[in-house]
Amino acid sequence: MRLAVVTFPGSNCDYDVYQAIKSVGGVPEFIWHRDAALDSVDAVVLPGGFSYGDYLRAGAIARMSPIMEQVVTFAAGGGPVLGICNGFQILCEAGLLPGALTRNDTLKFESKDVWVRVENADTTFSRDYGQGQALRMPIAHAEGNYYADEETLDSLESGGQVVFRYCDPSGHDGEGWNPNGSARSIAGIRNEAGNVLGMMPHPERAVEEVLGSVDGLGVFTSLLRQLSPAAA
Amino acid sequence: MSESSESNSVGGIGAATAPQPRPGDPPITPELVQDHGLSPEEYDRVRDVLGREPTFTELGIFSAMWSEHCGYKNSKRLLRLLPTEAPWVIQGPGENAGVIDLGDGLALAFKIESHNHPSAVEPYQGAATGVGGILRDVFTMGARPIAILDSLRFGDLDSGRVRYLFDGVVRGIGDYGNCVGIPNIGGEVQFDRGYEDNPIVNPMCLGLMKVDELIKGEAAGVGNTLMAVGARTGRDGIHGATFASEELSEDTEASRPQVQVGDPFTEKLLLEASLELIRSGHIVGIQDMGAAGLTSTASEMAGRSGTGVEIDTLAVPVREPDMTPYEILLSESQERMLVVAKVGHEADVRAILEKWELEAAEVGKVTDDGTFRVLEGDRVVAEIPALPLTEGCPTYEREGVEAEDVQALRKMDLSPYEELEGSPADVFIRLLESPNIASKRWIYQQYDTTVRTGTVLGPGGDAGVIRIRGTTKAVAATTDCNGRYVYLEPRTGAMIAVAEAARNLVCVGALPTAVTNNLNFGSPLKSHIYYQFREAVLGMAEACKLFETPVTGGNVSFYNETDGKAIYPTPVIGMVGILDDVDKLTRHAFQSVGDAIVLLGDNTNELGGSEYLYVIHDLVAGPPPEVDLLGERRLQHAVLAAIQKGLVKSAHDVSEGGLACALAECALGDGEALLGVEVTLDDPLPTAALFFGEAQGRVIVSCHSKNAEKLQQLARDHGVPSRVIGTVTEAASGFVMHAKSADMKVDLNSMKALFFDTISNIMDAGGRE
Amino acid sequence: MTRHHLEIRIIPRPGLLDPEGKAIHHALDSLGYESVRNVRVGKAIYVDLEAPSSEEAIAEAEAMCRGLLANPVTEDFEIGMASPAAEPGETS
Repeated sequence: MRLAVVTFPGSNCDYDVYQAIKSVGGVPEFIWHRDAALDSVDAVVLPGGFSYGDYLRAGAIARMSPIMEQVVTFAAGGGPVLGICNGFQILCEAGLLPGALTRNDTLKFESKDVWVRVENADTTFSRDYGQGQALRMPIAHAEGNYYADEETLDSLESGGQVVFRYCDPSGHDGEGWNPNGSARSIAGIRNEAGNVLGMMPHPERAVEEVLGSVDGLGVFTSLLRQLSPAAA
Repeated sequence: MSESSESNSVGGIGAATAPQPRPGDPPITPELVQDHGLSPEEYDRVRDVLGREPTFTELGIFSAMWSEHCGYKNSKRLLRLLPTEAPWVIQGPGENAGVIDLGDGLALAFKIESHNHPSAVEPYQGAATGVGGILRDVFTMGARPIAILDSLRFGDLDSGRVRYLFDGVVRGIGDYGNCVGIPNIGGEVQFDRGYEDNPIVNPMCLGLMKVDELIKGEAAGVGNTLMAVGARTGRDGIHGATFASEELSEDTEASRPQVQVGDPFTEKLLLEASLELIRSGHIVGIQDMGAAGLTSTASEMAGRSGTGVEIDTLAVPVREPDMTPYEILLSESQERMLVVAKVGHEADVRAILEKWELEAAEVGKVTDDGTFRVLEGDRVVAEIPALPLTEGCPTYEREGVEAEDVQALRKMDLSPYEELEGSPADVFIRLLESPNIASKRWIYQQYDTTVRTGTVLGPGGDAGVIRIRGTTKAVAATTDCNGRYVYLEPRTGAMIAVAEAARNLVCVGALPTAVTNNLNFGSPLKSHIYYQFREAVLGMAEACKLFETPVTGGNVSFYNETDGKAIYPTPVIGMVGILDDVDKLTRHAFQSVGDAIVLLGDNTNELGGSEYLYVIHDLVAGPPPEVDLLGERRLQHAVLAAIQKGLVKSAHDVSEGGLACALAECALGDGEALLGVEVTLDDPLPTAALFFGEAQGRVIVSCHSKNAEKLQQLARDHGVPSRVIGTVTEAASGFVMHAKSADMKVDLNSMKALFFDTISNIMDAGGRE
Repeated sequence: MTRHHLEIRIIPRPGLLDPEGKAIHHALDSLGYESVRNVRVGKAIYVDLEAPSSEEAIAEAEAMCRGLLANPVTEDFEIGMASPAAEPGETS
């Protein structure tokens, strides 16, 4: 299974995603943002980082990149697209996911481990998790405060599009566990069709015991299982 | 003052091709020379080197190269006393960064650097550009940066100005490193009025490379092409800040930004492009245009390789119109590099840069005449022998005399402070909420600590640790220095800085391997400051020799003074160590109820320079704790052996705040799984020294109770005092310490709140003035 | 063609939480500016461009805002003529 990891100028989690995919048996492949060729890949990951320095707005300039036209086409054809952190910001800017990621309500860059609850375990990216399972993963961002109007939020909720929500270590909602002020504590959403997921926490940084958590593995194993049900 | 200038062999060249002054150049007057920071004797040396009077442009070049920053004129002779060699040292001082062998064909490049003065002026940009510079020093060696640490000093946080500086520096370091995508794995910060007006900002960087990818800052190969790559050259940071602007060019002062602005996005591109360039084989040398910009970069590269260089300033891409050669040569615009391309490979270099959306311009060539020659089109504007320029800076050894007021402070009778005023618990709590003891979480939660998925121990422990993918190894790093100790007795203080760094490394299971240092002092022209500097270097040299941790490079930052008042002398030690087996990594937090708590080392009746005296009695006085370097060495070996044998479950160095605060840190861990402590101390010592004294050479370890005897036997075998002082208990049992003279019991949850929230309560609620 | 200096103001949409504005409001309060009722933080982008008329310059800037400079989910924009840019020259 070939998974494209798109490198924009300023991406800095591309290497980590590459290693995470490799560790679960996928075949990762770096694609430079100007090499617009996604013909033969099975899925696309937009990794974290500071594409174009986060200048103007996080993700705003990257989404103008030549590769993004291809990503839009790929997603429209049902191809799985995963955006992590800056990748999530790019997906929102590109209109592949609703809403926007605004400045953290703490006004600071927030780097720490958080807990997220699996709100929908029946998606391309979460099927290896249990419904309601609490996962520990790092966040590292300054603009992760998810915003959408109430109507959009309601439709995300009712459509099962909220995939991950910040929670306490026991998996419950709790005061003080939303690290950035996100509307309804949203940490990750998918599109209506279900093939595009954006999330602020970094599953690729939680794939080995030596790193402190393996709770992120499920995102990658779910995706691989989706792509080749027989092999998994 | 006995000021003797060292005799360097400098060869003058004939004046036959002497460059002529440019139209608009100011005449060279004694005042202009003085404004350039050159003494009359140094100016005479300039004339000797040239065999004639310098042009204005040449004066600027000498001024930069013979400045303290580039020429190390007041430090060079003493720095030669530091040990720099060991079988594992691949690159010692003199290059962009030191390099040590990690085995498996891998090498570690590392370096620390100061950005104190820029950070005092504009904390955000000053700190950010400091990180940018140290990253470039490492990746220009061919190494990919894998970790950042930061050693910081500020005044007390009750000052609004200090909070502003602290906040800006932390945001600057965070934003820059986060954007480039290098994890921050540790460092240290101390708050003390001794740093009120002069913060210290010393970022350190570690980089990983294959041994055969090492590249140096050399302009080798006559005929090869010099290329300026990265950002364009502007007027930022031109050193001649003392000039009236009209003398430099027609522009007004307002149009000349002095503050250098960092662009971490360009840095990230430059990093990737540089590593690709180095691996491509199209270049033979590369160096950051750092302090003194193009001048120091080009002349140093020529000096190192014994060649010459010729540069045309008209070919340098500029950001502003009408820049003079003087300005282009001395600009310190950020995110620029000078590359020596193999002749004929210029287009290949350009293609790599273009991929990363960066510019590359051919600005000159390597020559064989040993001359640093600058052209402005057809006109020669500077022509200087390269070696005397880079190596011929006069160096000085000065008289050093200790200040009398420091002697008096050191001799102060501390016996009135040996018994506690109030209960031990009250004193303990005041120490826990001192920003010097309290958790630095407010800082490092603004730093990306996990990017690159190598961090196995981030900030908050004794040292940061990065695993080396594809091996079982990991590298550990720490920065240490207690400026109060150094102030009170520089030689001992510097030894303690080295000893503490080594203790921190062994506590995580790493063998101390090498050092980079950042020597932050006041003006060396003052005899009491020069005394501090000399003594500190001597102490550092002795400790580094004994610990077999050679110094592979570093930085000297003098003139950290405001209104004649200098900072505490602060020779920061950045030490790196190696863990052969990352699975042996040990943390400071206690692990399980019932484990034995073992103290390695002895408690003493020492209070000098302690946090206790500062917080409770508002005093910086007394002699710093004594340090027994041989004893420290035995302790290091014992801790490492115990960890390698799998005997210990946690290890933590005892430092500021003494035994009580160290035990508290072990009990609180990272705040997620608190454990209780019950400790009984039978030492016949006054309570203040026993609980809060900062005796050196101590480590707290915990082990399964069945291993306690084995551990003590191991300690005996190493000649290290050890004893079981207590047991790890349930959190609900609280934090309990018994001594002959006093007892205390404190609730762990209230300790947790104080320890973890103190700094954020000050910073997020206080606001700025 | 003439050179037009435009000031494009990007403003958070009404109702969108503006934590920076809130923090500044709080700081102004604590400095004694009790009359402050609302603070919003946006940004200004200065664009110099060549166009036959100011109307056409503004029309082009509006297209830039819709395409890139403002995020329609969270931001509104206003375009005005600026006094000649403080910094002459060209960005590269």
